[in-house]
Amino acid sequence: MADEKQSLFGAVIEGAAGLAGSYAATLTHLFRKPVTEQYPEYKRPMPTRTRGRIILTRSPDGNERCVACYLCSGACPVNCISMQSEEGENGRRQAAWFRINFARCIYCGLCEEACPTLALQLTPEFAFCKDDIADFVYEKEQLLVDHGGKHPDYDFYAHAGIAAGTPKGSHIDEDEPVDVKSIMP
Amino acid sequence: MTVELLIGAGVMLVKMAVALAVALGLAAYMILLERKLLGRFQVRYGPNRVGYFGLLQPLADGLKMLLKEDIIPDGVDRRIFLVAPAVVAGMALLAFMLVPFGETLTILGHAVPQVIVRTNVGLLLVLALSSLAVYGLALGAWTSDNKYSLLGGIRGAAQMISYELALGLSLVPVVMRARSLDLSDIVAAQSGLPFAVTEPFAFILFIIAALAETKRIPFDLPEAENELQAGFHTEYSGMRFALFFVGEYVNMVLLGALIAVFFLGGWHGPVLPPIVWLGIKVLAVPVFLIWTRASLPRLRYDQLMALGWKVLVPLALVNVLVTGAILVAA
Repeated sequence: MADEKQSLFGAVIEGAAGLAGSYAATLTHLFRKPVTEQYPEYKRPMPTRTRGRIILTRSPDGNERCVACYLCSGACPVNCISMQSEEGENGRRQAAWFRINFARCIYCGLCEEACPTLALQLTPEFAFCKDDIADFVYEKEQLLVDHGGKHPDYDFYAHAGIAAGTPKGSHIDEDEPVDVKSIMP
Repeated sequence: MTVELLIGAGVMLVKMAVALAVALGLAAYMILLERKLLGRFQVRYGPNRVGYFGLLQPLADGLKMLLKEDIIPDGVDRRIFLVAPAVVAGMALLAFMLVPFGETLTILGHAVPQVIVRTNVGLLLVLALSSLAVYGLALGAWTSDNKYSLLGGIRGAAQMISYELALGLSLVPVVMRARSLDLSDIVAAQSGLPFAVTEPFAFILFIIAALAETKRIPFDLPEAENELQAGFHTEYSGMRFALFFVGEYVNMVLLGALIAVFFLGGWHGPVLPPIVWLGIKVLAVPVFLIWTRASLPRLRYDQLMALGWKVLVPLALVNVLVTGAILVAA
């Protein structure tokens, strides 16, 4: 409303200018290119650390990284990860079976943080719908991939583990074993 | 004699079918046009998935509405609840019978006027039909047994009755200049200058009053989504809900036709054929209404009433007096 000092004519002019301004603003928008991304045709590149579908990666030599330590299973707030550990032919631990129920998974990424061998990783893939909810239960064969994910060069057994093949002192960044008898006081 | 009668009935049926098809088809695509344009006004695309550019969207919407459950709440008065949407859509469609599409044609020696009903009280009939439409709205809202619907219905009734006055008064100068209430004569009187040029104030008043009559932003208080959750059609679903919208969009097209006839010179225009000119004029008005919807916020209820009674009605009365003075002096 016009204040009391303003003349009727001034109020009319001001109101008309206000109307014209809003019409002009929408008219300029009409000729702008829409900002909408047309999803199925254009898929926005997702950041590499986006938390989507979970994979089990392999070390550079092609071995499974997972040592079936149950830490991911323990960290999972919705209990969607389950597995059974066993001893492989080379004496190393591995998962006899590994199962993730993606229908339960909340993609929080706690399992990835818990994984000591960088085996379990989340990928940016988020669109994998199913008609049957039972299809969301992924077995180890479906989870395993043939690459190293976000850490292609990392090999857990080059840093740790002595039971199979890698003797003491041979790991990266590891000192030679100390002969305890040589450091007696 | 009977042959003449049969030919007359046949011609009438064809004209009715054409008018009905044009009105309903335009209304269906008006919904698409509105969604598309609103999208572009808001820097997005609008519907573009069904068919090329979303051209089959009205079909998909209609099919969806038909397949939806038609819910009738327990507390409603069944008969009135079921009839109300049809009244809104029916009155809007009925008014199309008065809209002239062109000059009287002569086919095989028979004079065929390009209008379904040519009557010397056409303008009054248009106003009467647009007043009747408020019954559908008010009764539908009243029988819904829902306080939001009731509020919306009361608002709708009050708003439409108030603006009916300004609408009628803004048309008086047109009648004074055309010296006829017949819509075809009014168009014929604009073969020189359209009344939008000679009667600019009446034109503006009519557009504002007609905006309120069609219940569109900035006057969409009966359905004000954020305060009345859709107002008078809260309880409606399925095809009955769709009928309210058919009514609204047919009303938009009708409004375009009326503005074209009363103020923009109907089918008169240079170079292009008459029917094309009429089409352009009829479509320009809904586009302007959609533009308005994208641009302006909703009025408050007291502002709406104040605008109607304290501004539009007095201005329309003054306009009638001034036009009379000019006509007497000339």
